[in-house]
Amino acid sequence: MARQIGDVILDLKNISLRFGGVKALTEISFDVREHEIRAIIGPNGAGKSSMLNVINGVYRPQEGEIIFRGEHRHDMDTHAAAEAGIARTFQNIALFKGMTVLDNLMAGRNLKMKSNFLMHALWWGPAKREELGHRRKVEEVIDFLDIEHIRKTPVGRLPYGLQKRVELGRALAAEPQILLLDEPMAGMNVEEKQDMCRFILDVNDQLGTTMVLIEHDMGVVMDISDRVVVLDYGKKIGDGVPDEVKNNPEVIAAYLGTQH
Amino acid sequence: MQFFFEVLIGGLLSGIMYSLVALGFVLIYKASGVFNFAQGAMVYFAALSLVGCMEKGAPLWLAFILAFVVMTLLGIATEKFVLRKMVNQAPIALFMATIGLAFFIEGLAPMLWGNEVRPLNIGLVDEPIAWILDRYNIVVSSFDLAAAGLALALVAVLALFFQYTRIGRALRAVADDHQAALSIGIPLQHIWALVWAVAGFVALVAGMLWGSRNGVQYALTFTALKALPVLILGGFTSVPGAIVGGLIIGASEKLAEIYIPPVLADIFGGNFGGIENWFPYVLALLFLLVRPEGLFGERHIDRV
Amino acid sequence: MFYRETGQFKTSYAADQQIFPIRQDRIGIAILLVVAFVVVPLVAGSYWFNAILIPFLIFSLAALGLNILTGYAGQLSLGSAAFMAIGAYAAYNFHVRVEGMPILVSFILAGLTAAGVGILFGLPSLRIKGFYLAVATLAAQFFIVWCLTKFPYLSNNSSSGVISVPDVEILGYKFDTPPARYLLVLTLVSLMALAAKNMVRSTTGRAWMAVRDMDVAAEVIGIRLMHTKLLAFAVSSFYCGVAGALYAFCYLGSVEPDGFSLDLSFKILFMIIVGGVGSILGSFLGAAFILLLPIFLDISLPWLSGLLHLPFEGATVSHIQLMVFGALIMFFLIVEPHGLARLWQIGKEKLRLWPFPH
Repeated sequence: MARQIGDVILDLKNISLRFGGVKALTEISFDVREHEIRAIIGPNGAGKSSMLNVINGVYRPQEGEIIFRGEHRHDMDTHAAAEAGIARTFQNIALFKGMTVLDNLMAGRNLKMKSNFLMHALWWGPAKREELGHRRKVEEVIDFLDIEHIRKTPVGRLPYGLQKRVELGRALAAEPQILLLDEPMAGMNVEEKQDMCRFILDVNDQLGTTMVLIEHDMGVVMDISDRVVVLDYGKKIGDGVPDEVKNNPEVIAAYLGTQH
Repeated sequence: MQFFFEVLIGGLLSGIMYSLVALGFVLIYKASGVFNFAQGAMVYFAALSLVGCMEKGAPLWLAFILAFVVMTLLGIATEKFVLRKMVNQAPIALFMATIGLAFFIEGLAPMLWGNEVRPLNIGLVDEPIAWILDRYNIVVSSFDLAAAGLALALVAVLALFFQYTRIGRALRAVADDHQAALSIGIPLQHIWALVWAVAGFVALVAGMLWGSRNGVQYALTFTALKALPVLILGGFTSVPGAIVGGLIIGASEKLAEIYIPPVLADIFGGNFGGIENWFPYVLALLFLLVRPEGLFGERHIDRV
Repeated sequence: MFYRETGQFKTSYAADQQIFPIRQDRIGIAILLVVAFVVVPLVAGSYWFNAILIPFLIFSLAALGLNILTGYAGQLSLGSAAFMAIGAYAAYNFHVRVEGMPILVSFILAGLTAAGVGILFGLPSLRIKGFYLAVATLAAQFFIVWCLTKFPYLSNNSSSGVISVPDVEILGYKFDTPPARYLLVLTLVSLMALAAKNMVRSTTGRAWMAVRDMDVAAEVIGIRLMHTKLLAFAVSSFYCGVAGALYAFCYLGSVEPDGFSLDLSFKILFMIIVGGVGSILGSFLGAAFILLLPIFLDISLPWLSGLLHLPFEGATVSHIQLMVFGALIMFFLIVEPHGLARLWQIGKEKLRLWPFPH
């Protein structure tokens, strides 16, 4: 099922993050290998979203290092993270509600667009060619996610499950090196979850995209992830393949509950 | 030197009156999250209603009560026919709706009461206070002082009201979170009607004071527009902020008007009056760059 | 049954990307352009040009400018009139002070000047949003008008800042008749509207809308907030500046700073609210509506007063105008926040089905 898992492409060392007096993350270290699906799990408030926010530059950790593809990334902001090829989705859907599905996905490719506003105003040759070239690419993503029928629909009008899928599409449109997924299946029913699982696995399988995913549904996590990190109160309490983590007594005590 | 103090004190006192108008904004913003651009128009409408009633023969106290009733009705109508229908929309849309409301009121008021400039006599005279003049040789208008005192008293009463009464607490709850307030049984619509009534009362007092000082005329709406920089300095949700902001704006605008034009005239030649038209706004703008939430406002943190 | 897409299949992305993908729309626009450029100059009278068509086009341009900033990029501005003023005065200064300056170049330079000032007053948008930004734009509005009144140099040393502009002359041809001025304005506005439409449906426009809808998410996908916002201010001010230059040179002939007051800024804002925020078509519809409304009231109110036997004084008409404006704004925001453009779209959708119910 899984692709050939490669070398470490993201290395997090001793990340500590504080908000005033609140310690969100304390000396977290773990790595992510190329082509793998890495899950982050933990109770609410454990710091999982904060961890993702650190990886893509939304928060700057007070201590620790982020090494991406061998390069130390100091003071990485969101723009630098996006340029480095880190894409993400959000827990509470961060789509551009005033735009269509197609526009949202095209927006995801903005870093790859080189023409400036004057060329756009004139719809000058290179600008037009560029737009159509990117449109072609985006249509591949649309095809992949089965959302052709809604490509011209304003995103605000779509049901929740489809919006989540569109958000995945926007992240994929950027052809990312690493995809961060923040609870991609939150609020979905069984069918929608199965669809989303399938897409995630397909992305990993066919495109080889490395993924870091936060998820609460244990069944999903155990099924699709290659390795798991467990957080609790901002500290790492488990790290390894799903079976190992499942049987770790600390993890069980904090999160999973005792087995029946 | 005395002249400087005269200008300063005059500015501070008019600043308190700006605070009054700003107070109306703060009340409505605190309770419903709506930035009521129509507050200025409400001041104008209130003042016109007051003079209008007095012209028809009512004594001041009766005219005041009648005008208050009119303002309350206006507030309730606004809440019922405009705001309630826009509950789901973005704050910007609500703000633009209040701009529309401002225009509506600015057309309605003179249509009902006529648009000539009228003097308003409320028994306070604009004379220098004798003993200050004699002792320190500074001109301090007794009107300004009385008006400032009245405004401060009103602010104190409102602050206490918000802090210590049951209704005041309910208002604060509503300002924080509509849904939560509803779920603990606070009657949202009654609260909003009450808030607009209080804001109307504040507008009436402001209109009365400004109107008797400068005459009741359309320009009152521009005076009220000056409350916006006051709010920026003080923070949109703070009653003490409205006062401090008002003092700063009032003082600085008068001082700028007196001391900057001669300097510019030296450099460029010509007349440079009218600085007070833009100075408060530029000051607010510069302030925003340093402290976006105002001196006393709440920090707004976006959770991703 | 006429407005159907049956049989019109797009076989390329290029075809899908057209501004008017439906053939009936293309025919409609072609007819409109022919009427505008050919028929109108031949049949319309002076009054129509001077009082209706020329100001309609100029205000549409200003509304376009504001729509780019407020409708597409989400930065609320109450200072559009001030940027029109900059455009008018800059065009005047360039034209009058530089020997032999072609008028069209003056217009472009005027737009660029306005764009420069726009960037300056747009800098606060990097730190502040929403109504705070609106107050900052008020600072621009009041300060700029004051400068134009008080610094005589800007109005070529006329007292109180009034300027009278010379006739527009391009390559020896004088545009001094109403149809000539109309065609000049029509050409410029059409070109700029096309440019605007191209911009908003490209990456530039998507970046603006992303910043409007959720700037945190926009940053995360790599959009630079500063560039995007300042570009919006620059382009918007450019459009307002050119509109201001046209306002002085092709419409009024003589302007003063107070003619670009807060009232005008509000008027332009109302145009985009009524017409449709975030819509190119909406800018035109809104401008037409706001421009024609006072004329309509001027005609209908006396008739109405005669009907109801209520005497209406002159001042009452302007009061009623204010009330109607205000009521309309509130009405549109409650009932159809996306304005006339959306109503137009809904109409077209219904037309596609006509005469069938669904």
